[in-house]
Amino acid sequence: MMTKSTARITIPASAAIAFIALVLLAGCKRAAPANPGLKATAQGSALVESSGGHQVGATGTPLKDPLVVQVNDDQGTAVPGALVEFHGPSGVSFDPAAVVTDPSGQATTSVTLGAIAGRYQLSAVTLGKGKPVSLSIVETSLGYQQRVGSILADKYCNRCHDPESSPQRVSNYDNLEVKPHPFTDGGTLNKMSDADLTSIILHGGPALNRSALMPPYGNTLSASDIKALIAYTRAVSDPPFQLPGTVYEHK
Amino acid sequence: MQPIKKYLSSAWQALFGDPVRAFGIVSLILLLALAIAPAKEHFSQWHSYQRKYLALIHDRGDAVSLRRRFVPGIHQIWLPELGVVDRCTTCHLGLNESSLSDVGQQPFRKHPVVPHPLDGFGCVICHGGQGQATTVAEAHHSERAGEDPILPMRYIESGCGQCHQNALLGTPQLNLGRTMLTRYGCVHCHAITRPDGSKLLATDHPPSLAHIADKTTRDWIYSWLKDPQAFSASTTMPNYKLSDADASDISAFLVSTSTTHAGDTAALETKPAANADPSAGPSLYGESFCASCHAVQNAAGNIVGGDLGPELTRIGNKAKPEWLAAWLENPRTYDATTPMPQYRFTPQQITTLVAFLEAKTDSDYGSGVHLDAASPQQIAHGRKLIVELGCAACHEINGVQKPENFAPELSTIGSKPLTQIVFLPGMEHTMSSYIVAKIHEPHAFGPSVKMPQFALTASQTDALTTALLALTNRSHAIPDSLRVAATPETNYRPAGHAGKLVNDLACFSCHRFNGRGGDMAPDLSWEGSSVQSQWLTSFLHNPNTLRPSLIRRMPRFNLSDSDNKELTDYILTVYQSPSIDPDFTVTPGNDAATVEHGRQLFYSKYACQACHIVDTKTDKGYIGPTLAAVGSRLTPAWVYAWLRDPQALRPGTTEPNQNLSDEDARALTSFLMSLKGSGGRGAKP
Repeated sequence: MMTKSTARITIPASAAIAFIALVLLAGCKRAAPANPGLKATAQGSALVESSGGHQVGATGTPLKDPLVVQVNDDQGTAVPGALVEFHGPSGVSFDPAAVVTDPSGQATTSVTLGAIAGRYQLSAVTLGKGKPVSLSIVETSLGYQQRVGSILADKYCNRCHDPESSPQRVSNYDNLEVKPHPFTDGGTLNKMSDADLTSIILHGGPALNRSALMPPYGNTLSASDIKALIAYTRAVSDPPFQLPGTVYEHK
Repeated sequence: MQPIKKYLSSAWQALFGDPVRAFGIVSLILLLALAIAPAKEHFSQWHSYQRKYLALIHDRGDAVSLRRRFVPGIHQIWLPELGVVDRCTTCHLGLNESSLSDVGQQPFRKHPVVPHPLDGFGCVICHGGQGQATTVAEAHHSERAGEDPILPMRYIESGCGQCHQNALLGTPQLNLGRTMLTRYGCVHCHAITRPDGSKLLATDHPPSLAHIADKTTRDWIYSWLKDPQAFSASTTMPNYKLSDADASDISAFLVSTSTTHAGDTAALETKPAANADPSAGPSLYGESFCASCHAVQNAAGNIVGGDLGPELTRIGNKAKPEWLAAWLENPRTYDATTPMPQYRFTPQQITTLVAFLEAKTDSDYGSGVHLDAASPQQIAHGRKLIVELGCAACHEINGVQKPENFAPELSTIGSKPLTQIVFLPGMEHTMSSYIVAKIHEPHAFGPSVKMPQFALTASQTDALTTALLALTNRSHAIPDSLRVAATPETNYRPAGHAGKLVNDLACFSCHRFNGRGGDMAPDLSWEGSSVQSQWLTSFLHNPNTLRPSLIRRMPRFNLSDSDNKELTDYILTVYQSPSIDPDFTVTPGNDAATVEHGRQLFYSKYACQACHIVDTKTDKGYIGPTLAAVGSRLTPAWVYAWLRDPQALRPGTTEPNQNLSDEDARALTSFLMSLKGSGGRGAKP
């Protein structure tokens, strides 16, 4: 009936491959829905992201914050009344998908990412003078395992690994003599193998000759918890995580 | 007519004119008839997906192993115990193939990592849809009687909730939705029975309206009823969209039926002094940590503070000063089960706080409301409305009985047949969109719908929908072995005079004891094994901060010395952990050398200073409690047991279990116990 796969690739590897696939998919834009009700009264020449980019959400659910882009003219002043259309790979939905910029030149939409975990390349397009101007925005959606990782990271890791402080959670980052790597620090973490990350979580910093300020979690977190944490780290790393070399040789 | 007849007879002649020809033709027809079934299979949708799958894997590096695992034909996962007959894997061929996680789209992409194997649970348990179907449309979109379209991904956590009645780490949306079912009072009107037979109980605390006229005015009740969120943006009271006349009549009835409560109307004993320190109010409010439970909207419009008690942004518009003074003196006189503690304020402090709170007044709020005295008919109409709207399902109201089963039971709402549902025109015919629409705007479903409109954000509505969709027939039908029960609250109550003190101080609102209570503050079930008597006495007298980075703090209750002693003794005697030996000593070698060894272990081998502060001048660790005076606070037995296995003493605590040897744990305990002092930072000697 069902057969178990014997070919094993690590989860981060799959996430990386999924990312490549998504980037490729992003190329094939769906035809924009017709918006007979909306009419542009002005045209800008540049699009900039105001807020709502680089969010991390769960698959199939709306992102927490709306996506806001601004249309500017040649002088860099905001253009109200310009029509902005949002596009994304299949599965992504925008509410609404086309917006006329408000008096401050901003177009706001709420984004629901697709059911497939990975990085989504979205784009906003406005009709400039003569040719369309587009802006690309990256959002990340987490699958079940990656989301478990993000919740665990919030509980056990981010107090030290995330330099951002909020009134609810004061960061301990600045208090540490040796600075931990934020999980988004792809420059460093991408170079570490899954085995190294596992052993540093299991046995603490000294296992890899690093700081003892990183305690061992081997008796606190389960093997699946640690896999989830690594999957999460790989999903949010910037630059994106890619497995070194190809996994399978193509014919 | 004639030519047709002629044509037919000539055709008959041509086909069946002689026996040999007729035999040939009949054979041909039979052959074609026999070919129908294989042709149907060949041109079937699933067959074309299997061909596409083979084409997809053909060029891949691991084509050989993928092809070896490919089995042609209809696949089926059959789990009689769960009532699962899923043929989804006939087309979704790559779900278990880890190398196919790079495929951009279903049906061939690998399933993301989840805790349950596909062949043990099937697909429809989580995703919905028709498992038996072998066409895309029927499997995913069918809405014929007894069938259900596939569940949108945003509610996927409802699948987990069918078996897992407890809160899971990986399902925040489901957990939030379940909390909302009890916190927003849904279960006051809608009965929800869990699969194990227990009822879902409300956790909110709708105030009794039996003495409402002591507390506030009819004008305020009227404005509140018209739009509760206009008074307090964070209230869970829904909007009933009442007409002016209806709101006026209800307010008239509530005031007319309210009885006076002794003490609520007593004139204030002390008037605020003319030269009172203007900062006294805010600082008393701050010192008492009112903000741990009560929120206030700040100038930027953000609601800041806890949500255990009502928002106080415009409390001056609502509460009469006499009532407020009586309430602050002892809230349990007015409401015996309130989560608010009795602070034991001095009369002067009460006057200060009343003046401070009464100043929280919005002069625009309700300024246009001038109600005329109500006639008996209007009052009677108000009562009729209250009965019709089911107000007494949540609130205690004199002369109105609490209605039983006021609204439809929701125990299996997730499995309600779509044919029994009246959808609005233009609405997607799925259970999820029906629930969302019903919560979002109940009155769109007709004027006779009694359900009020709750002020919920889109993500709250999604969470509530997820929790409701988890209430399925299957959740009741699955075998007990698969069910993960929720941890029920115990009904533990401490006894005697100390028990009354615990009740008056509302310790259970924040702390947990023996499986009952809040989660704002630490679980105190084993506090007696943990702390030293002297420290506890001085902490209860004047709580100081143990965790510098926390906003919420333990308030000071102005306990008398005898009450303080009684509570301390009770905690130390009763809340003892059976696993901790009170006679534990760190020996052998409780000397300077061991302490020094412990200090080295603390700073180098285990680097505890990452999270804890021992030397307030040099250490900066912010995460755990400050340990500068831990030797005067904790017992050596607790420190040792904690170091060996923190999670055994407090499940889920973030301090990792470092698997310390007995020797290291003893040395560290010696070091920590050598840190004597008067308490944490800011403590007075």
